[in-house]
Amino acid sequence: MAELLIKHLSSPEWLAYTIAALVHCGLLLAIALCSAAVGEWLERKVSARIQDRLGIVRVGGRFGWLQPVADGIKLLCKEDIVPKAADRPLFKIAPYINFCAVYCAYLALPFADGWVALDLNAGAFFLLAVLGLEIFGVVLGGYSSGSKWSLYGAMREAAQVVSYEIPLGLCVVLIVVVSGTMNLVEIGNQQAGWFFNWYLFHDPFTFVAFFVYVACAVASTNRAPFDLPEAESELVAGFMTEYSGFRWVFYFMSEYAAIFVVSGLGALLFLGGWNGPIPIAWLLGLTADNHEFLGWLGNLLGMCNFIVKAFLGMTFMVWLRWTLPRLRVDQVITTCLKYCVPIVSAMLVGAMLWSFFLPGGVIAALTKPDSFPCSAWERTVPTLCVGGERDSGAARKEARMQSLPAVRSHAEHGNEGYFQEENR
Amino acid sequence: MQAERVQPDTVEFDVRTDEMLINMGPQHPSTHGVLRVVLRTDGEVVSSVVPHIGYLHRSAEKIAEKLTVRQYLPFTDRLDYLSGMNMNLGWALTVEKLLGHRVSGKTRHLRVIIAELNRIASHLVAAGCMGLDLGSFTPYMWTFREREKILNLFEEICGARLTFSYLLPGGVKEGPPEGWLGRCEAFLDQFEPVIDDLHALLTNNAVFIKRSASVGTLPPETAINYGCTGPVLRASGVDWDIRRDGEPIYTEMYDGYTWRVIAPVGGRYPDDHPYPPIPREAAVGDSWHRFFVRMLEVVQSMGLIRQAIEKYAAAEGELDKPIEIRKKLPAAGAYLETEAPKGQMGFMIIGDGSAIPWRARIRSSSFCHVSVLPELCRGVLIADMPTIIASMDIVLGEIDR
Amino acid sequence: MNAEKIYDLLQKPFKPWLVGRDFEAIDPWIEISLEGLPEIARFLRDQDELAFDLLNCITAVDYFEPDAKKAEKVDWQPHLELLYHLTSLRRKHRLVLKAKLPRWKDGRPGELPEAPSLADVWRTADWHEREVFDLAGVRFTGHPDMRRILCPEDWEGHPLRKDYQMPTEYHGIQVK
Repeated sequence: MAELLIKHLSSPEWLAYTIAALVHCGLLLAIALCSAAVGEWLERKVSARIQDRLGIVRVGGRFGWLQPVADGIKLLCKEDIVPKAADRPLFKIAPYINFCAVYCAYLALPFADGWVALDLNAGAFFLLAVLGLEIFGVVLGGYSSGSKWSLYGAMREAAQVVSYEIPLGLCVVLIVVVSGTMNLVEIGNQQAGWFFNWYLFHDPFTFVAFFVYVACAVASTNRAPFDLPEAESELVAGFMTEYSGFRWVFYFMSEYAAIFVVSGLGALLFLGGWNGPIPIAWLLGLTADNHEFLGWLGNLLGMCNFIVKAFLGMTFMVWLRWTLPRLRVDQVITTCLKYCVPIVSAMLVGAMLWSFFLPGGVIAALTKPDSFPCSAWERTVPTLCVGGERDSGAARKEARMQSLPAVRSHAEHGNEGYFQEENR
Repeated sequence: MQAERVQPDTVEFDVRTDEMLINMGPQHPSTHGVLRVVLRTDGEVVSSVVPHIGYLHRSAEKIAEKLTVRQYLPFTDRLDYLSGMNMNLGWALTVEKLLGHRVSGKTRHLRVIIAELNRIASHLVAAGCMGLDLGSFTPYMWTFREREKILNLFEEICGARLTFSYLLPGGVKEGPPEGWLGRCEAFLDQFEPVIDDLHALLTNNAVFIKRSASVGTLPPETAINYGCTGPVLRASGVDWDIRRDGEPIYTEMYDGYTWRVIAPVGGRYPDDHPYPPIPREAAVGDSWHRFFVRMLEVVQSMGLIRQAIEKYAAAEGELDKPIEIRKKLPAAGAYLETEAPKGQMGFMIIGDGSAIPWRARIRSSSFCHVSVLPELCRGVLIADMPTIIASMDIVLGEIDR
Repeated sequence: MNAEKIYDLLQKPFKPWLVGRDFEAIDPWIEISLEGLPEIARFLRDQDELAFDLLNCITAVDYFEPDAKKAEKVDWQPHLELLYHLTSLRRKHRLVLKAKLPRWKDGRPGELPEAPSLADVWRTADWHEREVFDLAGVRFTGHPDMRRILCPEDWEGHPLRKDYQMPTEYHGIQVK
């Protein structure tokens, strides 16, 4: 976008980049807030239907569409209570830290091909690192509330998030190994085409890793059955007990925004991101080959696809919350250390070996076993250089391109469409 | 009158530095009322538990010394407010025992229907709230939906949903309205699939089992020594139900009914109704078994109600009218325990020849169940406290009176 | 086993402590003197044919008529009675034990009468005796934790006594 501004409006570089950054941030903030709003509506409606009641039916028509807006207005107008025993500066700043951490994760999350605020080579790494920062907000909030119950919630949160970062990270590393890059846009592009290009169906190890990822995602965002930090029946509201009004809104928003991010990340890593089960954009001819605007339209469709997948993940988490009871803290840590970590480690080893001997997905391995010109070493070296230059993955990419429908990569390859190998 | 001044409790102040003293306060979502539990914890492990009660003390026993036995009936509703009919029944039967008054068979069968319906309603609350305390919100909604239907039936018969004052000494206030028995049967017919849903969501749910199996295991000798009764005692494997083993004036209500006491004697439950498999991790006397006994008792009560409806329809005669309002009590005392949903509820009335009792005593089961908490909860995690308290199914109304 | 047979069983070891009985009452009771209470209780619990393992209830009844005119018509002297209701789950029988106490220790108003605690015989007695202390003002010797249970810890007076006067205020709150 900055280039656009420079080209068309001949604005100075610093201004162009600043405006581009602000626009990006604004859009992402809108998405984050909307995800919180829609998440809240989803939560209330889905939970109501599961519990055999109607849910919100008044504000904004029969389905209560405007309820989140009403809630937001109400919470803004609430009295700002700071408990007497609370540590005022920390108490006030904690929710914002939480939200900032989650919002930073949005900066690296791609919504479509090339549509990402920060196109980082180490996008996956950045996202995981920043998501882990939200624990500061929770621990600070719990500690500074001046209440033992809040402190309990904060301590449990610390233990839980720190523990679950390991299997979560390992799941992401598994996909990085399989795809050969930490660039999230690349990972999305590599899954272009039909649903069997998704990394979910790449090999049995990624398939299992997806379910481990789901469990770890639920745990790292404090959703039931792992919602001890905010265990309502034991700790009233855990670390959020003393927060009311606008500060509570920030915690709430950051929770739903985080759910959207991890769902989106899961959709991107395993479910093709913006590439749907059916490549509608390609089938309709909405690619950049034909016209830049059509390509933009195709990207828009992809973005909608991505958002739908993220919301499906969100719905699944809501469904899970209202079905299962809560696990105890020792059971949560046991699940992490005794089940998630060994399983995902084994899957990682399996996926690495698979990538070494049979690069390309299950379909490629089954259908074209002899189309791998590169030696195993040539293939592995680029894979091991994570975070390296894009071109170092070229050899590996070539191998993939010969076995898969070719990838449409942003600004790198020429006019290549799908199913190129028939043309080669 | 000068009485000794007792210093406020100071035992809680000698805390070591590696311990935390936490108040699971009178206001807490999962203490089932205004119960205060002071925990000493080392991290998440609880080393000592001291329950404090009395926040709902309303001097029920003193008030009974000012009112006639019929006037006192609404106060009994407020004891275990989740099963007001059983409280009314206990008081009514105690008065009848004192007076030597015997009611007709038709009244007894109606009392069985009402008491068992209220048992189902109370156990539904217990099951739902146990799920709620463990984090499972949905079964709570479903059990309350079913409870609403029972409360609608009660509203038809006596006009109230919570504080009934319906089972009066000597009889009942009024007979059931037209078609009420048919509606009871209809309720029971549509209720059976719901129990399967609850089994799927709670009883057989892996997370629920993980949270409640082998948590707060109460050995039978400890249970008896601490005075635990009802489902808590039966879940520890003791075959004791006062509907079968109690005093004749109470057990004759259940004469001629086919039913079995729900207790895991020898690890097995009576097989007159099919029940889901017992998980491996559950030990007899733990929270899971206490929960399970209540679920099975619900099914048991459904069978009893069906039998009672038949017997009531077949019984001859009229329903008894209650005793007169200012009936004089003999100068004697009578104590009777009945099987309320939470345990054995005992009422004692000592008369002095006038219509106003000299002394009334209320012995509640939850009082003893809370007293056993310090013994049960030593060494558990904080997260197990709501599980254990919920499995005990206490209600502060009857503890504090 | 009915109350008469239980009384016969108690006769041999505890004759001096068996003060009275009534087998025709609605709830047959045996009256014992206070000093024999712990031993009799232990015997009732441990003896095989009796096996009273469940203590249902401890009740205190205050026999005192505050109205002077009615006090002339009653046939008892002012005293306190402790009632112990026992059940045997194994043998399926019941018993009521009665013990009489003076209303004030040594006749001095304000000094609470004393009774031996049964908290180490039946753990149920622990909280029930605390309640009797709280509401009726009977001090139990040998109790592990003798303090009020239902009323606040610094409450004055014992509400279930017939001559109890409600205080007018409590910590500045108007009560009456």
